[in-house]
Amino acid sequence: MQASSSPQEISTALPAILARHGHDGTRLMQILREAQEAEGWLSPALLTEIARAVGRPRAEVEGTAAFYSFFHTRPRGKYCVLWSDNITDRMLGNRELLKALCSKLWLEPGRLSEDGLVSVNTTSCTGMCDQGPAVLVNYRAITRMTMERVDAMAELIRNQVPLAEWPAEWFAVEDNVRRADILLSSRFEPGSALRAAVARASADGLVASNDRSVRESLPHGLVGPTALLDEIRLSNLRGRGGAGFSTRLKWEACRNAPLKEGQTRIVICNADEGEPGTFKDRVLLTSHADLVFEGMTVAAYAVGATRGFVYLRGEYRYLLEPLQEVLARRRAAGLLGRNILGIPGADFDIEVHLGAGAYICGEESALIESLEGKPGRPRIRPPFPVTHGYLEQPTIVNNVETFACAALIALKGGEWFATIGTRQSTGTKILSVSGDVERPGLYEYPFGVSVAEVLQDCGVTNCIQAVQVSGPSGVCIGQDELDRKIGFEDIPTAGALMVFDCTRDMFDVAHNFAHFFAHESCGFCTPCRVGTQIVARLMDKLASGHGSPYDINEMFKMHRLMQGASHCGLGNTACNPMIDTLTKFKPAYERRLKSLDFVPGFDLDAALSQARQMTGRDDAAAHLAGTD
Amino acid sequence: MSEQNSFLLDGEEIPFSPGQTVIQAAKAAGKYIPHLCWHPDFAPHGSCKLCTVKVNGRFGSACTTAATAGMNVDNRTPELDDKRRTLLQLLFVEGNHFCPSCEKSGNCLLQATAYDLGMMSPHFDHFFPDRPVDASHPDMLLDFNRCIMCALCVQASREVDGKNVFAMGGRGMRGRRVIVNSESGRLADTDFAATDRAANVCPVGVILKKRVGFAVPIGQRTYDKAPASIVEVVK
Repeated sequence: MQASSSPQEISTALPAILARHGHDGTRLMQILREAQEAEGWLSPALLTEIARAVGRPRAEVEGTAAFYSFFHTRPRGKYCVLWSDNITDRMLGNRELLKALCSKLWLEPGRLSEDGLVSVNTTSCTGMCDQGPAVLVNYRAITRMTMERVDAMAELIRNQVPLAEWPAEWFAVEDNVRRADILLSSRFEPGSALRAAVARASADGLVASNDRSVRESLPHGLVGPTALLDEIRLSNLRGRGGAGFSTRLKWEACRNAPLKEGQTRIVICNADEGEPGTFKDRVLLTSHADLVFEGMTVAAYAVGATRGFVYLRGEYRYLLEPLQEVLARRRAAGLLGRNILGIPGADFDIEVHLGAGAYICGEESALIESLEGKPGRPRIRPPFPVTHGYLEQPTIVNNVETFACAALIALKGGEWFATIGTRQSTGTKILSVSGDVERPGLYEYPFGVSVAEVLQDCGVTNCIQAVQVSGPSGVCIGQDELDRKIGFEDIPTAGALMVFDCTRDMFDVAHNFAHFFAHESCGFCTPCRVGTQIVARLMDKLASGHGSPYDINEMFKMHRLMQGASHCGLGNTACNPMIDTLTKFKPAYERRLKSLDFVPGFDLDAALSQARQMTGRDDAAAHLAGTD
Repeated sequence: MSEQNSFLLDGEEIPFSPGQTVIQAAKAAGKYIPHLCWHPDFAPHGSCKLCTVKVNGRFGSACTTAATAGMNVDNRTPELDDKRRTLLQLLFVEGNHFCPSCEKSGNCLLQATAYDLGMMSPHFDHFFPDRPVDASHPDMLLDFNRCIMCALCVQASREVDGKNVFAMGGRGMRGRRVIVNSESGRLADTDFAATDRAANVCPVGVILKKRVGFAVPIGQRTYDKAPASIVEVVK
């Protein structure tokens, strides 16, 4: 059966979807996803209908649909198989498995089969590095692929067995918590942090807090929020997304931002965990969702917000319904909705929005654009989200783990939290460890732990060559740097540790990352849009053995340009993996150079191959002498 | 001129009024900061990055940076012009730009800026992308081979013409493009008109009027008479 959408089919599913979203254009991402789930793909007629219904120009709606990798504006197969293509998946053999699946299905990667049944392609890291090789089939996560599973999958696809009837164990996603500390071991009772926050207010003394309210131009009499902000200040909590911005400063800036008529403050949980190698938020949202939601509610209480969003990456589509169930339970328990815990005016609710395959949406202003139903393009800043965020309203965007910490701080106090970790980096950090270790998974440590200690706990059998900390945009550290410490004083990280033993080729690692950035650049600014492509091509050239020192110089030149001139962090850091590996693992590059000297970039003899083919000649005289 | 409302641009004092960006103040003072996507009549887009300057030692776009008193801005330094030449080269190889056969030659800001900054070659390998030409409209032609993603047509159509004929969409170098507001994707199926502001705002040769391509001969065109560094300050 070929996925198609005749006008009749559109009329059945779409009206209900549009009605459920109130024909609201800011909800375009959710409308497009649900429409695609119903119709198979986003046909031109469907986009016209959606644009009309939400009252936006059609070109804008198409522009959004075309931005996200998981939206299909061309017919998609009944089965869309996407192989996670992080370097860790490659190390587990995903390329061979992909090829095997393609050959069993008589397919070329990236092409829809003649009968419109199936397409097989790659996608950026799906956050299953601890249980790869991973795939998404119709955007449902499948882990631990093997050749046996490939055989079975080809059979299921050929027989057109519905996904719901595929073996359930394929869809199992393990938590793989290997070391738990305050977050991952918490037996959190829903509501306990909020109750503690409210109770603390009266104990803390009304006068002092009121004094501060006046000083910081906060509303009078709101003792609870002020006392809570005091705890956050005492905790010295910093953002867990990697940048480490002070949570207190962010929350206070949002709280102090003036509201216009009809506006509210907004709390956003950034669950767009797109940095390859990172998968901690997956586990927090699977097994500690109450802790995260409570942290968001605590934040809402502190900043005076009434609306909350979880921006969940499209790769974690399977978490949507379980998360919605947790939210429903919290509403029923009086922990969300109106008058939370019976406090008059304490109104706050959370909804989960799904992304659709765009790494850039992890950048907070791009995330907000996406939440508004637009392409995920980072905004020009200032103004910052704390004053002009979601629909121009004061907005805080925090990492999943930051909210989990905030809930525990509300429960146990800032001083307790500050005793854990180091002075500049209080609390714990959850690390997502993958690659060449015996026990990949999550490891939670107090900040200040050294990379070597982590590696010891993960079980390292072979000698270590390098560890990529914080994903492609982070740092690559070598053998002699393993005593470096996780923390804002030394290596700040969102938590990814990809481990490479001595058998790995560090050029392959950087090559993979170069293509990742080229694929994920939003395309807005010239240096990143074109620069990431130039760098990927330079790496291809080196990989094919045609590179020379000239190409390496070009890489440094692109790095200098992109680092200064790019619009956002993606372009600024896109060359890091190349520069790091070039500095620390130069032999991996030099091995590939055609010559250590400068050589022409153009192979004249190879250019004649077409002429040779046409004339059927391959004798010595048909080749240029002196070239190889 | 008081010190409260002036900043230094390459060592010269530039006055500004509150709310002005660096590029606005510079233009008003007759100083050229190279740019492509910025147009004095529209809100800054900040995408081409040609106007990258150094503000107190840090890189920033002159079109989106608010002028503040006492700031020290580097503009035409060898380092910055070198980066600008590279950015121009990136734009030239990203699209299909063939000046000798382009009817916008001489009126093209990309070409003029490349001349002005002394870009001598495209330097990088060409990408030769497969981009469409849309000649469906009776009076207008769209040749996307030359698009530099400045989005001026998008802004002009939305803000001046009130039509939304264009939008930016897609992702990355392969995907990002101007999307035409019709189900067929054809310009003829929109309400676009040759008199629209959006029909007259393209800095390069994408949006062209039919039948007048060579009405003004090459040699007598805007940037034939004066370089971009003069024209763009007077305009």
